[in-house]
Amino acid sequence: MQAKSVKYRLGKSYGFQLLTYLLAFAIVVPLLAILFYIVRAGITKINWHFLVNIPKPVGESGGGIANAIVGSIIIILVAAVIAVPIGIMAGIYLSENRKSKLAYWVRLSTDILQGVPSIVIGIIAYFWLVKPLRGFSALSGSAALAIMMLPIIVRSTEETLRLLPDSLKEAALALGMPFHRVIFKVIVPVGIGGILSGVMLSIARITGETAPLLFTAFGNPYLSVNIAKPMQSLPLLIFNYATSPYTDWLNLAWGASLILLVWVLFLNILTKLLTRKWKVQL
Amino acid sequence: MESTIIKSRNFNASFGSNHVVRNVNIDIPRNQIVAVMGPSGCGKTTYLRCINRMHELIPGATSEGEMLLNDEDVYKMHPIFVRLKIGMVFQRPNPFPNLSIYDNVIAGYKLNGIKLPKAERDRIVEHSLTRVALWSEVRDSLNKKGSFLSGGQQQRLCIARAVAMEPEVILFDEPTSALDPISTSTVEELFHELKANYTLIVVTHNMQQAARVSDKTAFFFLGELVEYDETRTMFTNPKDNRTQNYITGRFS
Amino acid sequence: MENGMVTRSDIPLRVITSSPEAILKAKKRLRLSFRQIRRENIFNKTLMIMGLVMIILVVGILLTLIVQSMPSIKALGLKYIWGRTWNPVEDIYGAWPFLLGTLLTSFLALTISIPFSIAVAIFLGEYHATGWIPNFLKNAVELIAAVPSVIYGFWGLAVLVPMVRTFEGHVGVSPMGVGIFSSSLILAIMIIPYAASLGRSMISMVPSHLKEAAYGLGATRWEVIRSVVLPYTKSGLFAGILLSLGRALGETMAVTMVIGNSSAIPKSIFAPGNTMASVIANEFTEADKPVYLSALIELGLVLFLVTVVINMIGKRVIDRFTND
Repeated sequence: MQAKSVKYRLGKSYGFQLLTYLLAFAIVVPLLAILFYIVRAGITKINWHFLVNIPKPVGESGGGIANAIVGSIIIILVAAVIAVPIGIMAGIYLSENRKSKLAYWVRLSTDILQGVPSIVIGIIAYFWLVKPLRGFSALSGSAALAIMMLPIIVRSTEETLRLLPDSLKEAALALGMPFHRVIFKVIVPVGIGGILSGVMLSIARITGETAPLLFTAFGNPYLSVNIAKPMQSLPLLIFNYATSPYTDWLNLAWGASLILLVWVLFLNILTKLLTRKWKVQL
Repeated sequence: MESTIIKSRNFNASFGSNHVVRNVNIDIPRNQIVAVMGPSGCGKTTYLRCINRMHELIPGATSEGEMLLNDEDVYKMHPIFVRLKIGMVFQRPNPFPNLSIYDNVIAGYKLNGIKLPKAERDRIVEHSLTRVALWSEVRDSLNKKGSFLSGGQQQRLCIARAVAMEPEVILFDEPTSALDPISTSTVEELFHELKANYTLIVVTHNMQQAARVSDKTAFFFLGELVEYDETRTMFTNPKDNRTQNYITGRFS
Repeated sequence: MENGMVTRSDIPLRVITSSPEAILKAKKRLRLSFRQIRRENIFNKTLMIMGLVMIILVVGILLTLIVQSMPSIKALGLKYIWGRTWNPVEDIYGAWPFLLGTLLTSFLALTISIPFSIAVAIFLGEYHATGWIPNFLKNAVELIAAVPSVIYGFWGLAVLVPMVRTFEGHVGVSPMGVGIFSSSLILAIMIIPYAASLGRSMISMVPSHLKEAAYGLGATRWEVIRSVVLPYTKSGLFAGILLSLGRALGETMAVTMVIGNSSAIPKSIFAPGNTMASVIANEFTEADKPVYLSALIELGLVLFLVTVVINMIGKRVIDRFTND
């Protein structure tokens, strides 16, 4: 009687283990399906022509996504220029003021901001920048993306600096260094690995974002470098062309999808490598 | 030149409501080594950190009373000035990990934005490293980062960094407690040579060290300065019962 | 020190007896420190202002949403939430189809993804924490989270929708392909990583002495998981599920591309519909009347409040769990 019941229990245990393994590895299936499909559909569309031309009007074949590639780069760069200084300094503020009342609210706000849906941020950027400036612009898109980058940068900066030993700060202060020098000449240089990893992570996250750009950067069939005017970006192009009925545009969307996918994956891998190299905890 | 460099008058320090340094009155003589000893939690480290105003960096920390450096109240000056004149060496060696040995020694100047001509910088680096008996060991690796140095060498590097600022007083917070015995004795030998140019105040939990290195010793217990005398007298003929008990090991 | 001027008494006594170069050096040092002290206050203030930016952003978002929803709130009141028809042409704005669409897609996606997320969490947290196979799985999970949502949508449109269409044909439902069901499927894939990573870290935090006590009593692995690990991490797993839910609620692009964009109340899960996020994405730039736009913003406000609350509850649960 004892033996049977133990065998039964063990059987159940192995059965559960098998089920867990199956379910866990099952998630790889859709992932691989998606990756392979994108590569297969997109790889034939990409050539030099594709990368340096802008889309042709409907009906004409050929054309490329140069405006989207350039646009994405510009929008992301401007977003980083806005978000990185503010984010790092806010992170420094939080790591230096662990217990103050204000710091509590700042930290809470950062957490809330991280969970705001991207489409809501797009709405906000619309009312804060598009309406007052009377028109869609790359700048408003960058601002929306910058708002999304901030919580990530703030958090990773705070975590990195918090892990540094107090003795570092004390050694600097004991030499008669004023606080701002202690931060910029001692603390930040030692923690730069973690801070940069956080910045890279935030860029990797927003590179693929579409919703915040829908009513800010809006998109542009031409190649533009004017951040005060609408600009095209890869995710926007994919969204607009993928939902269109024209084969030429669908082809462009596939090529663009592959480029975007590779770009995002590359950024993520880079962040991973940097984090490991600098042995950072994010 | 007056012979007393630091005076404390009715000095008190607290962490919030926790009164850890009580009514300390002490005169530290110039160019001598004063050891501060006592059991853990007796307030000796807190008192030391009040001298160069590191104590107030902790939220909720307060102090009152007079702390005079050359008859000027340290608490009426800007803390940065205080720390330019009173240097500190910490318990765990803490050279800046991202700077080379050379840069670590002149960190007090470089990181403060004080530009000195190269000849002057070289002179300060060699001078300071010689003063801590490290020059011959590192003269060929000045541009490397200090991480390959042993614990004792790193601590001497930190002392060199403090010495480079030409302070009047150097505070030592249990400087050898993280070091092995050989490094400890090397650092203790240094004290004797540094005395010629600086005044040293050394907090130690090791009373044998206090007996070995210092000219005068202060004994703290439960926040109070119980006894302060010439070291030889303190250890052979202590006046207070509590000092007697501590020295004979009744508590530690 | 008098009037900010360096006086004789500032210079260390010892130096007076040494060379004029040394005095000059000491003076230079002190003068430079003055400048730095002034800068210090500006610096501290700047840091604080940067921190304040975060608070200002959150408050600003909330205020903007409320202010811009006002016209709709005033004109429609509570009828808006229960209104079952959304017909901007005739100025009828009822949000219920979108609330329903959001609830349906999110909860269906959750239901589908939870078994997989938990399986990953248990596999990585309990069975195999290190090794190259777990690393592979860990990377796969991160990859799923990294793929942009618009690419999920495109793939869904090109691959999943035709598959669902044939399935619907077999099952006897009108074969549109797009609809609540398809978008729930895509959403389910996308939200797996959130509950999985959080669950994994919670499970790996179970103290081994508790598990050893159970093993010591002769329990099998599954029994230890069921009676020790899962109860211990109950609140952590719950928080992970909340995080996945929050993500599902706010997801826009993939859902928009696959849900069919119908403003009618979906009759079944195979019918097309809309979520709050997808209707905003689709109709925002076409809202030509102030009330129309304002009604859309009101949806945004609801979306904002709901996701923030869910995320906050999740974070609170995690904090309490990790501090116990």
